[in-house]
Amino acid sequence: MTRTVIIIGGGPAGLAAASAALDRGARVVMLEAAARLGGQFWRHPADRSATDTGLQHGWRTFLELTDRISGDPSARVITNAQVWAIDHDLQGPRVQAAVGVADGPGREMISIAGDSLIIATGAHDRTLPFPGWDLPGVVTGGAAQAMAKAEAVAVGARVAVSGSGPFLLPVAASLAAVGAQVVGVFEASTPGALAAGWLPRAPWLAGRVPELAGYLAELAARRIPYRTGRAVIRAHGDPSVSGVTVSRVDGDWRPFPGTAEYFDADAVCVSHGFTPRLELAIAAGCAISADRFVTVDDAQSTSVAGVYAAGETTGIGGSDVALAEGRIAGHVAAGGAPTDPELRRPVRRRATLRRLAAAIRDGHRIGRNWTSWLTDDTVICRCEEVSYGRLRTVLAATGTTGLRPAKLTTRVGLGPCQGRICGPTVEELLIGADRRSGDGVIIDRRPIAAPIRLGELAREPDSPKMTQEQGTTQEEDR
Amino acid sequence: MCDMVQLRMFTPSSDAIVVGAGIVGAACAYALSRAGLSVTVIEARAAASGTSSQGEGNILVSDKEPGPELTLGLYSLSRWEQITGELQEFLPTGFPSIEYDRKGGLVVATTEAGAPPLLDFARTQRPAGVTAVEVDHDEALRLEPQLNPAVTAAVRYPQDAQVQPVIATEAFLAAARRLGARTLFGEEVVGPIIADDGRIAGVRTHRGSRPAGLVIIACGPWSARVADQLGSWLPVRPRRGVLLVTTRMPHLIIHKVYDADYVGAVGSDDQGLQTSSVIESTAAGTVLIGSSRRQSGFDQALDLAAAREIARKAITIFPFLATASVMRTYGGFRPFMPDHLPAIGPDPRVPGLWHATGHEGAGIGLSIGTADLITSLIAGTPPPVDPAPFAPSRLGEPASVGDP
Amino acid sequence: MTAAPDPTEVRLTLAGTPLVARRGQTIAGALLTSGLLCWRTTARDRRPRGLFCGIGVCFDCLVIVNGVRDIRACQRPVVEGDVIEFQDETLPRSVTEQ
Repeated sequence: MTRTVIIIGGGPAGLAAASAALDRGARVVMLEAAARLGGQFWRHPADRSATDTGLQHGWRTFLELTDRISGDPSARVITNAQVWAIDHDLQGPRVQAAVGVADGPGREMISIAGDSLIIATGAHDRTLPFPGWDLPGVVTGGAAQAMAKAEAVAVGARVAVSGSGPFLLPVAASLAAVGAQVVGVFEASTPGALAAGWLPRAPWLAGRVPELAGYLAELAARRIPYRTGRAVIRAHGDPSVSGVTVSRVDGDWRPFPGTAEYFDADAVCVSHGFTPRLELAIAAGCAISADRFVTVDDAQSTSVAGVYAAGETTGIGGSDVALAEGRIAGHVAAGGAPTDPELRRPVRRRATLRRLAAAIRDGHRIGRNWTSWLTDDTVICRCEEVSYGRLRTVLAATGTTGLRPAKLTTRVGLGPCQGRICGPTVEELLIGADRRSGDGVIIDRRPIAAPIRLGELAREPDSPKMTQEQGTTQEEDR
Repeated sequence: MCDMVQLRMFTPSSDAIVVGAGIVGAACAYALSRAGLSVTVIEARAAASGTSSQGEGNILVSDKEPGPELTLGLYSLSRWEQITGELQEFLPTGFPSIEYDRKGGLVVATTEAGAPPLLDFARTQRPAGVTAVEVDHDEALRLEPQLNPAVTAAVRYPQDAQVQPVIATEAFLAAARRLGARTLFGEEVVGPIIADDGRIAGVRTHRGSRPAGLVIIACGPWSARVADQLGSWLPVRPRRGVLLVTTRMPHLIIHKVYDADYVGAVGSDDQGLQTSSVIESTAAGTVLIGSSRRQSGFDQALDLAAAREIARKAITIFPFLATASVMRTYGGFRPFMPDHLPAIGPDPRVPGLWHATGHEGAGIGLSIGTADLITSLIAGTPPPVDPAPFAPSRLGEPASVGDP
Repeated sequence: MTAAPDPTEVRLTLAGTPLVARRGQTIAGALLTSGLLCWRTTARDRRPRGLFCGIGVCFDCLVIVNGVRDIRACQRPVVEGDVIEFQDETLPRSVTEQ
């Protein structure tokens, strides 16, 4: 009996999963919210042939995977498919998607279920707030990358890159490649923290280091300063960014007084790591670990039978471990076993590359005194414009300990982004770094995973047939 | 089962324990504190973490037929009118507004068949003190310009109001604390403290003993379980409801608007899915769209069928909402009572045990009235309304072991 | 005699004035290329916003396209003839303070 594997997410993990599932003879349906496959890592222009491969990594792998999938009659790729909910019937989870141009209205509504489900929804940037971060011109590292890779657009002419994590390096490199002057890369982690995170894993990460060394070399060649123990603590300007204040910070990210430097800049790219996109895994009923990732076993299986997760949702580790996890998830979802010989290599790679995740986690841990750079005016919830001062005042006045009443009394997390941007920060401020609230509610629970139009919701969904024709991919290269 | 526990002097005794920090429990804590009692509120999770945060903040008279619930509702409404000012005295600076808004309601029928029942219902309500103004088609569209022009009948209820229920709950609690009440969160009741004479003398929680002169159960749909733990019985059951929230949009919906089905759904005993449009704007600029009723236990799973029906009906009332962006859904469990009246008053089995629960979808509106009523019964002062219809003793006995 | 139309061009209207974009761009890309950083005004504090996350999760970059609100500019491709307006947000007048 041919298994049908539903895969949510067309980035490295999802693509690897699709390929492995097809290799095992399964039928695959892949749902990707964007107009093109690739996720964030392989974001590319609408005209694929116009891709600047200098901005890409592992591009050959992307081409191989997409060719494998699009050429296979057992694969159906649906792009512009926004999964907005997962509900359940007697057979198990059902995926609800709106297919059509981003944000509709009038998209086609489909409802789909298979024998297995693989959740490969990736992650988005975690950005710590700072005074002025709500000014136009302040964007995430992911935004800089998306604009550079997909549209050859620099988000500014003079750009400061700030935050923590190895991701700052390719962000700076791609900004420079599309013509921006990068004022500097300001990594908040101190040399001591970086060494503690990276050095113990260096022997196993030999394969990774050249790539990172390559970025550092490129930054050096372009004379872009890479400074550790430094953070942008304020963005200035009206109506948009015109400069930044950078300060030295200690091991816990508290700014040292008197170390502020001012730089002219019309854009700031910020990334303090990544937040996994968990809402669909939660909707499917998957258990989430204490450090807020989808709990999976060696087969990439979640706590729900028939549901798998791969990539950043199981731990922030980058594209290579996502490819390995995706391969394992796809193979097992299609009926294989994690001990099968086909999986020996991805299982080994996963073990090695999880050390990269550990290096990132330990080397770039958010310092507990970062909040000392906040002022009362600093916006915490961008959507609802709730300031740090207001948040603290209302929480003190109500004495609330639950995330739900905190949201409903302050309005944090109640805007269209539903706490994606401010959520981890609010949880940390409300409860502490372990983010365990008094009412057990977590910010990542979003039964409506993406906004849909009321008219779209009103329509009874179709169940698409699994066609056997060639070229059923709807990816558009214009 | 009940334990015989010696009254201990280690934990200071309160005059009253209120179990449950939803809006009803919070209002009771406030009213009892104002009456001079020392109060301890014991809440298993956080304030308003149950039904109070899962509804719309409705304070309605439009959906109530003449009877005890309407009487309590009218009294409670008169108190809501004053409460913002009254609470100011007790709230710390920076406390957010409870957003009380007497915006009025408009009930519309969109079919020929729906018009007569709506108008008849309004006719019965007027003698009981409800202002129900029949409006013609043109006036309905003037009141609500975005209304579907196919409306066949409309009745305006200027007394209908709205409040932000979570803030209101927190406000009652904060005011009660200012008056000396204690609020304990994350503390779960496990059993009663029973005195030698059989009276309840407090509760045992997973943290220890909490002695008190009397205990009030205000746990909404969880009241059945707590009543059982404390040696009594209450036939309250969860009735699931789902709401949709849109993104912020220009202010196009002025009143609370419902279709005439709403009244039927509230009064129905049907366990299956019942939906009826309830649509309104909020102070934040979003639009709340409800509502549904389904008896499915405490199942929290996403109910897409309910969401779909709610969406469909809302677009019938306001066609422009078809392009509204739904950004979240929430919902919860109303405390459903078999005779559609809350239980407010002394428990017939356990002396010293009281109930303030079972308000189904009307708990926000009836909270202050309930609090004043139970306070008067406890303090021996003249009750604001006739307490008899709400007496828990009316509910009889459980039909069999394991009810409800 | 007009020149042959460039097939890579996409003609839009932005807040009533013509804007020429390139085929394959998102609305956000077109706005940034034209030099715009601010294209939304927030409800409470009337602050300017534009691009933030670039990948569709923050909902800051919202524009009105062909009369429909809440379109993420960073996700939406430019289409010939699109009429784009800035999403200027307000709170209902009954709100006095917060």
